[in-house]
Amino acid sequence: MTIYELTKKLNLSVLNKGCLDSAIKGCYVSDMLSDVLANGKEGNLWVTRQTHPNIVAVAAIKGLAGIVVTGNKPVEAETLEKAESEDIPVMGTGIQTCEMAGMLYNLLLRHPEAGQP
Amino acid sequence: MADLGKNRIEGSYPLKGGDFSEAGAASKELRSQLAALGIPSETIRRAAISAFEAEINVIIHAVAGTLHFKVEGDRLIITVTDMGPGIEDIELAMQEGYTTAPDWAREFGWGSGMGLPNIKRNSDGLKIDSIIGEGTTLEIIINLKSNGKNDDIRAD
Repeated sequence: MTIYELTKKLNLSVLNKGCLDSAIKGCYVSDMLSDVLANGKEGNLWVTRQTHPNIVAVAAIKGLAGIVVTGNKPVEAETLEKAESEDIPVMGTGIQTCEMAGMLYNLLLRHPEAGQP
Repeated sequence: MADLGKNRIEGSYPLKGGDFSEAGAASKELRSQLAALGIPSETIRRAAISAFEAEINVIIHAVAGTLHFKVEGDRLIITVTDMGPGIEDIELAMQEGYTTAPDWAREFGWGSGMGLPNIKRNSDGLKIDSIIGEGTTLEIIINLKSNGKNDDIRAD
């Protein structure tokens, strides 16, 4: 499933200009940045409550597909600009982390076929 | 891969304690210079994680510091020197989950006690020299001609 398809399915708001065509390969949920550096995988969608610019560096280094910020938390303008320069899409949702993780689990891991166009 | 001997890869970056805003600048430049050399992406990733975690450590713990990187032969050497409190117990600091980071760092999602273990896991050599009250120097080695696969934490 691509980022674009996911934003439509889960009604995520795209907060910057990033690559929406990249394929999502699983997801990782964490608010500790070193944890994502250690355990995130290339192509993962990252679900977090962190919004400061360091999240962009983490996503860029790990080759993550995109970042989803949960619970309607506002994302700093500097973060969105840096993410745009790295071509990393940042998305927002009013849904809380636990529910978002459940939806992504069903869509990406449990029933990946449901995500096919 | 390009002939590493013919390329001069070097960079030096000042780091300021307490300022996360420029964190990642050194590792970003390192990534781009290594990519231009045709280094495999997994090796670049290991180098960038090591450099980034080292940057963050200086920002959390020290007043100031410098990150320097240089390719010598087939090896990338990242040297990070700081004016910080020094590490009291290096063995303890290498244990995943042990941290002396203050609360403000944890609010930024750092300070989980994974920085040095992440550097060790991703590098091919790590030397730590620390003097209490003066500062810490890290020397991180990345073999650029390795296959870049290094998923397990290895013993010395």
